Amino acid sequence: MEYFVQQLINGVTLGSIYGLIAIGYTMVYGIIGMINFAHGDVFMIGAFIALISLLILGSLGLTFIPLALLIVLIVSMLMASVYGWTVERVAYRPLRGSFRLAPLISAIGMSIFLQNYVQIAQGARVKPIQPVVNGGIVVMESPSFIVTLSYMQILIVLTTLVLMAGFSYLIARTALGRQQRACEQDRRMASLLGINVDRTISLTFVMGAALAAVAGMMFVLYYGVIDFFIGFLAGVKAFTAAVLGGIGSMPGAMLGGLLIGLIETFWSAYFSIEYKDVAAFSILVLVLIFLPTGLLGKPEIEKV
Amino acid sequence: MAAGNVRTAEGALDLPAILKDCLMSALVVFALAAPIIGLRTIDTPGGLGIDYRFDDVALAVLAGFVGRLLVNIYWAYGGRRRPPAKVDAIKGDSFASFMKKVGLYGGPVAILFAVAMPAMPFADRYVLDVAILVLTYIMLGWGLNIVVGLAGLLDLGYVAFYAVGAYSYALIATYFGWSFWVCLPLAGVFACFFGIILGFPVLRLRGDYLAIVTLGFGEIIRVVLLNWYEFTGGPNGVSGIPRPSFFGLNFARIAPEGEQTFHQFFGLEFSSVHRIIFLYYLILALALITNFVTLRLRKLPIGRAWEALREDEIACRSLGINPTNTKLTAFAIGAMFGGFAGSFFATRQGFISPESFTFIESAVILAIVVLGGMGSQIGVVIAAIFLIGGTEVFRELEQYRMLAFGGAMVLIMVWKPRGLLAHREPTLKLPPTAKAEAKPLAGAGGAA
Repeated sequence: MEYFVQQLINGVTLGSIYGLIAIGYTMVYGIIGMINFAHGDVFMIGAFIALISLLILGSLGLTFIPLALLIVLIVSMLMASVYGWTVERVAYRPLRGSFRLAPLISAIGMSIFLQNYVQIAQGARVKPIQPVVNGGIVVMESPSFIVTLSYMQILIVLTTLVLMAGFSYLIARTALGRQQRACEQDRRMASLLGINVDRTISLTFVMGAALAAVAGMMFVLYYGVIDFFIGFLAGVKAFTAAVLGGIGSMPGAMLGGLLIGLIETFWSAYFSIEYKDVAAFSILVLVLIFLPTGLLGKPEIEKV
Repeated sequence: MAAGNVRTAEGALDLPAILKDCLMSALVVFALAAPIIGLRTIDTPGGLGIDYRFDDVALAVLAGFVGRLLVNIYWAYGGRRRPPAKVDAIKGDSFASFMKKVGLYGGPVAILFAVAMPAMPFADRYVLDVAILVLTYIMLGWGLNIVVGLAGLLDLGYVAFYAVGAYSYALIATYFGWSFWVCLPLAGVFACFFGIILGFPVLRLRGDYLAIVTLGFGEIIRVVLLNWYEFTGGPNGVSGIPRPSFFGLNFARIAPEGEQTFHQFFGLEFSSVHRIIFLYYLILALALITNFVTLRLRKLPIGRAWEALREDEIACRSLGINPTNTKLTAFAIGAMFGGFAGSFFATRQGFISPESFTFIESAVILAIVVLGGMGSQIGVVIAAIFLIGGTEVFRELEQYRMLAFGGAMVLIMVWKPRGLLAHREPTLKLPPTAKAEAKPLAGAGGAA
């Protein structure tokens, strides 16, 4: 029982990270109908920026950890947003309205480019850091097993909740959110009504990248080690989460992220850790076969 | 930003606007480069440290400024001065018509050149090695072209079948000692079988979903190969894979007891290049078989059905074509050629491990197909030479190779979204005879 609760906590933490990345996929897919293959790499870049800014703050002698984390959060969101914006501007916007495979190939190229760019600029070795947030609360105790909820896990889940609330408000209540939903439904009609479609799409990428950067920062702090290749697996799993939740739906992405995180954690805990990726991919296949619209997605009708 | 705003309304150069544009892009480049290039994390005795490299950032910013300036100059003086005339629009621009000529006459020339290549003076061992590599990718590209180009199914996990072919040859050959020529068809059959198993549940999915599921399958197969130590050797892979023989004559320096080697049989002096040349012709033959089969299949009803399905699935269904079976044949046949290529890869390397079958390989093969122009056979050749041969030539710049590769993929897509050889000839034409009008149905049936 204690073991189960511990895995539950770990799974929710991992799921929050996946959920944050998945939102970027789901928003972009919703608005321009393409898989932003480079999104996982934007997440990776966000993680690197967080790592670097942490190191710089450390060398400047900032010891008040909440302030340091806030600065790191803002810096990595801003910097990664520039990456998200540039990726869209360089690789996707010229291909808008082109045939279906072109943006996907361009996205794959962008993903390869970004991975190798970071590998060259930062080196191929893994980057370990000391844990920044230590300690935790003992939730349950038994003679053989102690269930702890670390402060880091609380931080991750809380940040995710706050960001989710903020972004839901943004989408549901603000002018930007309305423009975004309008573009999602009918891009041409939206532009006829005076919405700057290109700008809206750019902002979608910026928002997705900012959330991915938060996920990247959490990843660095939680696991304490990153390299240039983390983006691929995390990206594919987050995409799985987006599909599982129903692509185009923000709550769906979060729900899917949580489910994927839980499935992966429990699979590693009770079956085999080597095959945890197989479990995640098998879920993807099963969902797409039996539930192609996902849990919260709208069914898509194919018209002649 | 559109090309229009480099000139003012009167048509003069709008210098302030250009300058602003360039400065903006320099600023963006600075924001991109400052954290990742400018601050390098390095290992120090006390953990990670930061190495400041602002000179590189300055270079990057300068490059961004100058690059944008050049783009602006191009807009101002070169590109899009006037809309193309109607005739040009119909005939395609000069590049397209050149590529069309390449598509028409390039094939036989390329085959002749490929056959004669080992005899040419510049063909040393290194050149042949690169040529073998390029031909392997051409074969893979042609195999994937059946799936992506003809049937329009986006497959991001093609490397799975390549891996199945390679591992089935490697394992059968090392466990049972069967010869390459027996294993080659077997490898194809296995890969084909896998294609059917994997394809059956997923082929009713639409484009992007199919892509991501096939990607998932590719990764599953790699992870299984990596973790199933007892059977596949896990990360250590399979080594000591037997080399192919030339009708029972092998290419060793000294023959095993009671056998003859290639150089003894033909009375040649031993040279290690013989085997390379043999492998070259082997992969050339395999690739040409792939091409030939594809070209013939296109003329069969099943090939027509693939292309029709690519264009409009709903129409096909209404006309009584079974989409699942049609897609499945494309998937299986494509997988089979992937399996052949895989077993060639295994026998050429003598050693395989899951490292060789990562997602990046699938992406490279798909890039070859799409950059070449989907469905175009000669386009695959051009793209493979360009991407594989090109990156191979720059091997000294090892670490920048994949960077350039990714960048090239983006740039070619932006420049030619439909690929280098983009035109699509109708594969079915009525014969241009006078009688066609009299009895069109019989004429069409006979020509097809």
